[in-house]
Parts: sequence; structure tokens; C-alpha cells
Amino acid sequence: MSIFRFFSKQTSAPTARERLQVLLAHERASVGHSDLVAVLREEILAVIAKHIQVDGDKVSVKMDRGENVSTLEVDIEIPLNARVRAA
Amino acid sequence: MAKVIVVTSGKGGVGKTTSTAALGAALAQRNEKTVVVDFDVGLRNLDLVMGAERRVVYDLVNVIQGDAKLPQALIRDKRLDTLFLLPASQTRDKDCLTAEGVERVMAELRKHFDWIICDSPAGIERGATLAMRHADIAVIVTNPEVSSVRDSDRIIGLLDAKTERAERGERVEKHLLLTRYDPVRAERGDMLKVDDVLEILSIPLVGIVPESTDVLRASNLGAPVTLADSRSAPALAYLDAARRIAGETVPMTIPGEKRGLLGKLFGRRAA
Ligand SMILES: Nc1ncnc2c1ncn2[C@@H]1O[C@H](COP(=O)(O)OP(=O)(O)OP(=O)(O)O)[C@@H](O)[C@H]1O
Ligand SMILES: [Mg+2]
Repeated sequence: MSIFRFFSKQTSAPTARERLQVLLAHERASVGHSDLVAVLREEILAVIAKHIQVDGDKVSVKMDRGENVSTLEVDIEIPLNARVRAA
Repeated sequence: MAKVIVVTSGKGGVGKTTSTAALGAALAQRNEKTVVVDFDVGLRNLDLVMGAERRVVYDLVNVIQGDAKLPQALIRDKRLDTLFLLPASQTRDKDCLTAEGVERVMAELRKHFDWIICDSPAGIERGATLAMRHADIAVIVTNPEVSSVRDSDRIIGLLDAKTERAERGERVEKHLLLTRYDPVRAERGDMLKVDDVLEILSIPLVGIVPESTDVLRASNLGAPVTLADSRSAPALAYLDAARRIAGETVPMTIPGEKRGLLGKLFGRRAA
């Protein structure tokens, strides 16, 4: 336990550095609107809104920005009686 | 019943965000549903301290402006499923926070949470007054140092004047949280004493958090200090403070008080 604590105490700065690099890369990209994950998110939501009445409570969007890979998770509840909108 | 807590100070950099995360995690560990809300629009940091910075999709301003529903903006903590974060916007300025918008969000949060902890920005401007506006309880974060104590006094005045409770003729429950307390400097007599600060501000003490590298380490790792190492000195101080806020009676310990003979001798010599 104490050895582990000692070890992990030494490794917090590299973790901080790695977290910051990932975060800042994404933040800089989002300023120039080149954050692909954010662009995809907005476009996917727009497509959904085109076809069904989107109720904000029924759509959940999760993102995880990684160093090499980001994930985007769009979870939509579509009621059985949802009508196709005249697009 | 839901309780809204504002963590505030006036002065910048005294430990508000650190304290919000630490107290939030401590309250959530009691199995009470807790949300920490970042009011520092434009300079958000609570997401980093909580380790949720990669998962921010929507923020407080999005919810206020109707671009997102509240549940969409809430981020559930990966370690504690009773703990949530409502992030601040990084790209917009404080004017995006409207009084009506904040009121709406707070009313909705009250329906879903036991504890709502608002991390105030520094200063006494709009962001800080909106963060305290709906508070039932205020945690005034103070360092044992003259300018911090003076700013805390200023904030106490605002809590008695500008909050919803004050306007209704009720009181905001006020707690002093002394942070970055350095036992060695206290021993030497180079730092305001706990009693001095208490006498000057005359509000009850809720905890004394020592200056500690464990705080830095926790923020490097992206974990509230109460979760990063729950047995470290600052974590123990925050865990006790959370219990006091929740209404328990817990004896107060002053960091470094259990000093050995050598420390006692030095203490006397300095005095
Ligand atoms: N008990 C402590 N021991 C050591 N460092 C601390 C302690 N509390 C806070 N700090 C450090 O002080 C700095 C400021 O802390 P924090 O961000 O929590 O303050 P703040 O009041 O939220 O600041 P701001 O006014 O800018 O929002 C951080 O680097 C933090 O790690
Ligand atoms: Mg802060």
C-alpha cells in the first residue's frame, strides 16, 4: 500500500501533462470549428430533428475526447408512434 | 429536501474549486445525490479538477439559453454514481448568465438532487452574486492571510444582502472553511491564528484544510482530493467538514496540533 502510494505520488505530473495536451488540442480545434466530433454531433442532431420531433429529454449525447480516438454516443428514444416528418 | 450550497470567497485562488470538488464527492459518498455546478463562465476549471474535462458536451449557458436540456448537460462521475457535474461554458462570457435562467436551472436541480454545490468565481461581480443568489448554505473559503480575510468579510456582507434568502428576511447559513493552513508557519507565529480569523469574521468554523501537496496531486490526476487519497490530511479535513455541513457534530482538529515534544518546544520559543 505505502509502496504503491509512493509510486503513484511520483506519477501525477505526467498524468497532468497528458490530460492537458489532449484537452488543449480539442479546445484549440473547437475555436476554429474544426472539432470534428462537435461538428458531427450537431449535424447528427440536425438530421434527427429533420425526421422526428426531437424531445430534448429523449436524446442523450455523450462524448469522450481521447488522445488518438474520441467517442461520440448519441442515444435517442424513438417512440413507436413517431411519425415521419414531411421533410 | 434539497440544499443549495455556494462555495465563495471574494479573493481568487484561495481554494474554492478544490473545496467544491472535495465537499461534493464527500457528500455524494454519503449516498446523497449531489451536483457540483461551475459558475466560473469563461474560465471553467471544475471539470478539470473533477477529471471530466474530456466528457463535456453541453454547459450551464447552453441550458440557460435553451440549447440543451438540463439532463443532457449533467455529467455523471465515473467513480461515484451519486455525483454529477454541471460544467460552465468555456467560450462565452459571464453576461450569458441571466438571473431568470439561473433561477430556472436551480429550481430544476432542486427537484433532482439532495445537494447542489455552486463553485463561485472570484470577485464580487455578476458571476459571484448569481452563484450565491439561491444559496441556503454558504461555505466561505478563507486563507489565513489579511487580504483573504478582508475579502471574506465583504462576501459575508453580500450574503446578508443580495441573496434570495436575505431578501425574504431569512438567513443564509454561513460556514468558514479555512484552507491552505500551514501548521509550521502557524507555529512560528507568521500566520494569522485560527482564533484570530474566527474572531474577526465571527462566523462558525466548518473545517481547517492544511496546505498539502496531496491537493496538487489530486488535481493532476483529475480527482477530488477526498477521492484521490481519502486518508490524506486535506481529505480528512474535507470529509469532516462535509459531515458538519450535513448537520453532524464532529470534533474539530487543528492541523499539526498533535505535535511532538520537539514541536512544542519550538512553538514555545517562537511565542
Ligand atoms: N490545501 C491546499 N494545499 C495546497 N494547494 C492548494 C490547497 N487548496 C488549493 N490549492 C491550490 O491552490 C490553487 C488554487 O485553488 P483553486 O483553483 O481551488 O482556487 P479558487 O478559489 O477556485 O481559484 P479561482 O478564484 O481562480 O477560481 C490550485 O493550484 C490548488 O491546487
Ligand atoms: Mg475556481
